[in-house]
Parts: sequence; C-alpha cells; structure tokens
Amino acid sequence: MDLFEYQARDLFAKHGVPVLAGEVIDTPEAARAVAERLGGRAVVKAQVKVGGRGKAGGVKLAADPADAVAKADAILGMDIKGHTVHKVMLAETADIKEEYYVSFLLDRTNRTFLAMASVQGGVEIEVVAEENPDALARVPVDALEGVTAEKAAEIVAAAKFPADIADQVASVLQQLWTVFVKEDALLVEVNPLVKTGEGKIVALDGKVSLDENAAFRQPEHEALEDKAAANPLEAKAKAKGLNYVKLEGEVGIIGNGAGLVMSTLDVVAYAGEAHGGVKPANFLDIGGGASAEVMANGLEIILGDPDVKSVFVNVFGGITACDEVANGIVQALELLKSKGENVTKPLVVRLDGNNAELGRKILSDANHPLVQRVDTMDGAADKAAELAAK
Amino acid sequence: MAIFLTKDSKVIVQGMTGATGMKHTTLMLADGTNIVGGVNPRKAGTSVTFDQGDVPVFGSVKEAMEATGADVTVIFVPEKFTKDAVVEAIEAEIPLAVVITEGVAVHDSAAFWALAQAKGNKTRIIGPNCPGLITPGQSNAGIIPGDITKPGRIGLVSKSGTLTYQMMYELRDIGFSSAVGIGGDPIIGTTHIDALAAFEADPDTDLIVMIGEIGGDAEERAAAFIEKNVTKPVVGYVAGFTAPEGKTMGHAGAIVSGSSGTAQAKKEALEAAGVKVGKTPSETARLARAILAG
Repeated sequence: MDLFEYQARDLFAKHGVPVLAGEVIDTPEAARAVAERLGGRAVVKAQVKVGGRGKAGGVKLAADPADAVAKADAILGMDIKGHTVHKVMLAETADIKEEYYVSFLLDRTNRTFLAMASVQGGVEIEVVAEENPDALARVPVDALEGVTAEKAAEIVAAAKFPADIADQVASVLQQLWTVFVKEDALLVEVNPLVKTGEGKIVALDGKVSLDENAAFRQPEHEALEDKAAANPLEAKAKAKGLNYVKLEGEVGIIGNGAGLVMSTLDVVAYAGEAHGGVKPANFLDIGGGASAEVMANGLEIILGDPDVKSVFVNVFGGITACDEVANGIVQALELLKSKGENVTKPLVVRLDGNNAELGRKILSDANHPLVQRVDTMDGAADKAAELAAK
Repeated sequence: MAIFLTKDSKVIVQGMTGATGMKHTTLMLADGTNIVGGVNPRKAGTSVTFDQGDVPVFGSVKEAMEATGADVTVIFVPEKFTKDAVVEAIEAEIPLAVVITEGVAVHDSAAFWALAQAKGNKTRIIGPNCPGLITPGQSNAGIIPGDITKPGRIGLVSKSGTLTYQMMYELRDIGFSSAVGIGGDPIIGTTHIDALAAFEADPDTDLIVMIGEIGGDAEERAAAFIEKNVTKPVVGYVAGFTAPEGKTMGHAGAIVSGSSGTAQAKKEALEAAGVKVGKTPSETARLARAILAG
C-alpha cells in the first residue's frame, strides 16, 4: 500500500525523523487558517500517489493566507497524470541549501534490504541512477543487524555526504530505518532530504509503501487506506474478503489460486483476439475453499459490473473437490435469484481436477439456462470470449 | 531419486494439531509420507491418532528431531507465529523447512532468510506462501493433491500452487519426478534456480517445466542460469501478461512495477536461453510432450 506524502510525513514525525510543520486539507477555504498557523507563507502541495507533480503544477508557494486559498483552489481538483487531486498539504517553507536523497527498500533479487543514498537529490532518482550511477550509493542492510550507527556511517560515507552534516544524516538514517522496521514498510524514501540555511537536515518530501501482509500487527494501517480512490467494485469485494482487481475488459473471471487466475486472464485475452478483441474484466481469486457462499459473493461482484458481458468460472480442484465447487455455483445462482438479482449474463464453467466428473454431472443435471460447461481451459476461454463479443 | 524429498524423508509438522495442520497431515499420510511427529509446545507428550497410527507431539523441533531423526518440517502455523516457527526450525538445523503459511510479513521472511544464511544455510527453506513439494509415489510435504499424477520423469518448479496442479494434471499420464511449489511472495527461500540445479543433477528427471509469474526478476535470473548450467530440456510458462502495472495480483510478489517484472520480459529472457515458452498452460504441456516424444 503506497501512502500519500502527508501520511508518510506523519509516520516520519512519529518516529522522530525531522520534518517541517504541515497540515492536510481538502477545501480551499481551509487553507487560510492553516497558512496563518504556519506563519503566513506556505508551500501548497498536491497529494497524489504519482511522481512529477511539481512539473505538473501541483506544488506552489503561497505568499500569505489569502494566496494560500487561491493556490489551494487552483491545485484541488487538478488532474496529475490521471490522478485527481482531492487533498493538498500546506507546509512550512524552508530555506533549502542542498538537496539529497535517501531510501530503504526491499531488494527482492538479493532477498535482503537495501539502503540507497545520493548527494544529488531533488530530481528523479531513476534519472541519477541512469545518468550518473556512481552518484547513487547502494549499501545492503542485513535484516537481522539493521541500521546500526556503524551501518549509518557506512551509508553516509558511501554516498559522500559532506563532513559537516554527516552525523545528522547518519542519525536521520537510523530514524528512517526505525520507520521502515516498526511500520513494516517495503519502501521508505526521502527526496529531497534537505540541508537548510541553518545547517539542519530535514525530510522535505517522502514516499512510504507498507506491507499489507503485516496487517496482523499493524492495526493502525487500515486507516491509511485511500478508500475514496478505490474502485467501488474493488471496495465491495474487499469488504467481502475477496481478492479482486477491476480491469477494463468484458469477460468476468472467477478462479481459484492467484497463478491460475492470472493465467486465466491471459488465456481469455488470447482467445479474445479472435473475437473482436474482448478482454478480461477483472481478476478474482476465490481461493482454495470455493464454498457456495464465497462463489455467490464472487458472482455477485462480477455480475454487478456493467462492463461484464459473460463470465468465465475456471476452477482446478486441488484439495477442493469439483463437486463442491459445482454445488457452490448452482447454489450461488439460486442464492442470487432469491436475493432478487436478475442474472442474465452467460456463465462458462470449466472444472478440472479432483472429482471433476462428479462436478460436471452436477452442472449438467442442474441444466441452468445460463450455464455452459466447457471442459478445457483454452476451450472455455474461447467460448466465454465469443459470448462476450456478441 | 527425486529432489529434496524422498520416501526416506522423515517429516514433522509444525502446527499439526490445528485444523489446517490436521487436515493436511491426514492427506500427507494417505500419500505415504513418513510423518514421524508434530510440534506444539502446549501439547508435548500427547499424540494424535490417524488412520495410519498414532503420531507423537513434541515440544520443539529440536526434541522431535532428537527423538525421531526427522529431516523435514512442514509449517502450518498462522502468519503471526510463522517467523518464530521457522526460526525454531533453522536453529534446530533441520535440513528442509517447508513453509505453507500465506500472508507472512515481508520483514519476517527477510529475517528468517537472513538467519538461515547466517547459520550457514543448513536449512533449505521452501516458501512461504507455497503448496510445498511432492515426489509422487514417495512423499508429500505440503498441500499438493497426491492423486493428480503418478511417478514419472518430469520435474516441475512453480511460483503458483494451482498452476502446479494444472500442469501436473495436463501431464498426468507421463508423471513427475518431483514437483516443487516455491511460492509467489517477494522473499522466498528456494528459488527457480535452486530447483533447476537440483533437477539438472537428478538422474530421474528428463525434462523440467518451470512456471513463473509477474514481479521481481527470478525468471530472468533463472533464464541466465539455464543458459549456462542446464543441459536438460526446459519448458516454461509465465502468467500475468494482462496484469496492469502497480496492481498486486493475488500473490504478494505478483506486481509489475514500472517496466520491471513484466511477463513479456520474462518470456523473452527464457526464450533467449533456449527455453520453449507456452502461451497457455495447455500449450506448455503440449511443448513438453513434443520434446519427450523426441
């Protein structure tokens, strides 16, 4: 889960990382009081989860509280690379002398953590990495040892931070590491980390990405979720505990197991090439259990998507037996009917694996007018694509 | 032969007395797995009765190993306690720890992986968030259904559980030496490369099927490894061509970030290394079949 800048700033402050005072607002008028609290002058920053907002006009300096209202009004509602600005942060102004870069991240390739640091901050770090790779220090961090004073000094030395601020940067690195560990982050990035006119080191802008698997010990993280931005179908699926991602196509997909569902999307997209380019409408993994209730919840979400023209239920019975899955589908359709849902979209069902014959027989016996059985994955994908193209 | 798991493997189950652990211990025993114990400190000294007989419960992995000579542990404990369970297995220096649990925090996986390294890699870790591994006809350590297929000469390594089952089903008439589900988390113990190396060295494996998915660069690195080190034919499949950037597709590690981790890049890297890559699981199975038929 990627956070907004203001949320990252809050986490930084919570763990002692030096940040500037600031407040987040969602109406222009609210900018006046905040600017007054900040001493009149303020930086108005669009809160969007995408880079390059400065260039897009999403960061502006306000000279006084009235100007802050005007600037907030200009930025709120702005579209930045497809992201609408719903919130702005007003922050204290800073006298910036130097701009640096520091981050901690997961290094999947080496199965460890990595510190990155550069004295060339304030620009996109990918550009520094590309054009001047020597200017970006990369220092592995052992997950057990963490960022000790020695490790922090090593990172500072590797990135060649000037001597006068070396100790301050080292201590900020240790504080950021605390954020990284205590918050179960996958990325903690500060860009720029600035040196002010007074020689202070301050985190001016930050990016944090949190590990959703750590939710069991991070109860406060749920509140950081941007529920307003979620697709309504995704939000509804999440509330039902379903693993669903809305896509842009016409064939609704239900399957069991993340890999099989991903594969199903691909197979439908290939099949769709021969049927006017129809594509998968969603990713939905109902997991191993696939009970009637879970199947009904899944079908309800997918049938509620106006883009969906046909549905492909692709289940491989591993531990789960296909007869249970077939009963689940039949009961799910009845359940939806009893709830007053008018199901009119055709369903193509492919069942394979454990008790597949029994499952197929249950579907055949139920003889539901909307359900078609196709017993191979490629064949079923083709049928679902054909029905969606009609 | 086989890789990592044979009929001689002595298996213990951490979390055996929980609902999931009980269910899968029953299934593993039915597949002929030599399960010699369970671990639960609160139930040490008791035993659990299965159709095949009583399985004793020990207070720790170390005790279980001392009493039974166990060399494999299958871990079913909930995600909150998974790190402690794996750490215990590593500290007891059990040769193989199969971590089935889904939803393990990345910082926990990073910590137990670092510990395994620091302890000199005496414990091979498979997973987390994986279906485990099976050597058909010999032993089953995890949740892969034992009745999909029979012993044979194909080796399978996959990030995805259900695609493992699908592929075993597609090639069920030929059979498998071993099938290993390595999991789709951002940090996993055993990688595609580890399994490829083991299958290359396994005299009972003639062909390797490798299943990957979006996210990370494990498939690209496996491709480089295949080019240099694998002489046996390898057939590949990659899931996630239609996955949009920045969205996690079920598995915590299955995410395309910017231009990295795409299915297309993985497919191209594998093909450049001489691996035949199928467009669908069924086509992949056909490619494997054609190679085995000569």
